[in-house]
Amino acid sequence: MSEPKALLKIRDINAWFGDKHVLKGPSLDAYENEVLALIGPSGCGKSTFIRTINRLHEEVPGARVSGTIEFDGENIYDPGVDVVNVRKKIGMVFQKPNPFPGMSIFDNVSAGLRLQGIRRRSKLSEIVESSLKKAALWDEVKDQLNKPGVGLSGGQQQRLCLARTLAVDPPVILMDEPTSALDPISTAKIEELIMELKADYTVVIVTHNMQQAARISNKTAFFLLGEVIEHDKTSRLFTNPSDKRTEEYITGRFG
Amino acid sequence: MNLKAETGRDIRRKIYNKLALGMISVLGALAIMPMILIFVYILIEGIPALSLDFFLENPKPLGESGGGMANAIVGTVILVALSCLIGLPVGLGAGIFMAEYSYTKTSKLLRFTSDILTSVPSIIVGLFAYAVVVKPLKAYSAWAGGFALAVIMIPILARTTEEILKLIPHHIREAGLALGIPRWRVTMRIVFAGSFAGILTGIILSVARIAGETAPLLFTAFGNNFGFRGLGQPTASLPVQIYNYALSPYKEWHDQAWAASFILLVMVFIVNLLTRVVFKDQRGES
Ligand SMILES: Nc1ncnc2c1ncn2[C@@H]1O[C@H](COP(=O)(O)OP(=O)(O)OP(=O)(O)O)[C@@H](O)[C@H]1O
Ligand SMILES: [Mg+2]
Repeated sequence: MSEPKALLKIRDINAWFGDKHVLKGPSLDAYENEVLALIGPSGCGKSTFIRTINRLHEEVPGARVSGTIEFDGENIYDPGVDVVNVRKKIGMVFQKPNPFPGMSIFDNVSAGLRLQGIRRRSKLSEIVESSLKKAALWDEVKDQLNKPGVGLSGGQQQRLCLARTLAVDPPVILMDEPTSALDPISTAKIEELIMELKADYTVVIVTHNMQQAARISNKTAFFLLGEVIEHDKTSRLFTNPSDKRTEEYITGRFG
Repeated sequence: MNLKAETGRDIRRKIYNKLALGMISVLGALAIMPMILIFVYILIEGIPALSLDFFLENPKPLGESGGGMANAIVGTVILVALSCLIGLPVGLGAGIFMAEYSYTKTSKLLRFTSDILTSVPSIIVGLFAYAVVVKPLKAYSAWAGGFALAVIMIPILARTTEEILKLIPHHIREAGLALGIPRWRVTMRIVFAGSFAGILTGIILSVARIAGETAPLLFTAFGNNFGFRGLGQPTASLPVQIYNYALSPYKEWHDQAWAASFILLVMVFIVNLLTRVVFKDQRGES
């Protein structure tokens, strides 16, 4: 058996909003075929952290980052790196489902490819179908690919957004509380999908739901005030945490 | 428990409610009244004065009867087309910039100048166009008129475009960026295309606005009685023709002015209708 490979090596990330120092040097590794869950109280910097991984943080006016994130051996913050290429490799699903307005289901799923310059209709159709299948949405929408994406239910929209991300086929998929706006059944579907994605992708997911983290992740990192307090196998972190603060958080004594 | 309206307070509240509603209805009716009156009046005065000649003939020299306003109809179309040629790219561009780079100094400056420019009286815009286009070229021209109208159009269009683009939530832009789509494509193909119906409405409204402008054309496009002779030549327009004819002492010219008013109204109306059709189409198919 080959050693699992650390696809993401995140080192000493500091992030600011203006003068506000939000991330204070957390470091983490994320391996191939792994689901890494990020938990922690509200405002501790989980969203900021995953937004540094696809360089979305710097899009906020006045925001700043320092540190290194190696993706497959290459620092995504190197001066010569093109953010567009980073984001093609590191996809993201957001908290609120956000299909593109005025675009059909087909156009939504193919948006990444089309707007990166891929034109061939047959190729697009093929990828749209396979992505929708991977996102377990194909059967529900295959007869209405020309209908607007915003016309779907919230849960379907979120799977559409997942399909849209999968269409670009990024090895890493970031998810920021992808189920927090969904009903329990849609949530269960997305969780199931995440577990299937593990076979081909690395998933980094922020969640407030500790049962969810326990169900779907291999590793969990506990964040507090912009730092990683503990990072371990999920089974160990939830049953036998080594830090007192982790224990207090997972037993619900604060946060 | 008693839920029926019986106490004095309940009854008083109901009366106030009725009074307020009544007053609002009256005020509302007063507000639409002028519009209806204008419309009806122009219909009554304008339609009888219409004839085929009105559309096909240029004005006849003073003293001869008959003639039409073909020159002004064609002129207005040309002037509006010219101002769109100049005004659409600049206005839309400025609007997109203000929406997408909202916090930059350039955007703040653009917003400030747009707001000032919107409130500048249109006659002053005409003077400005006279100074920068008519004088250097030493001629009244369609260019000068189109330029003046564009100056009026640009700030209106820029601000409405900005407002409409800002209706697209920020997380939609981030979703585009997160897919590895370059920034300008996110702007054009997701944000701009996603608000296309709104943008189109903005364009139509600004076109409708400038189509009826008179003051900025008085000493820029000026006018002529012989039809279109080139973009560098004086060019007639419906509003200016209406203005000149209405001020004249001749009954026949007054009638033609009414007919021209009617046509101008119909043109603006058709443009408005067009948006609706396009708007529906767009919503229907997407
Ligand atoms: N756009 C912003 N401008 C300024 N400060 C911000 C901005 N976004 C977040 N912050 C601040 O950064 C800190 C970390 O925020 P972040 O959203 O990363 O937390 P989080 O762990 O994701 O919280 P939650 O669990 O509530 O989503 C918070 O103190 C927040 O107030
Ligand atoms: Mg968050």
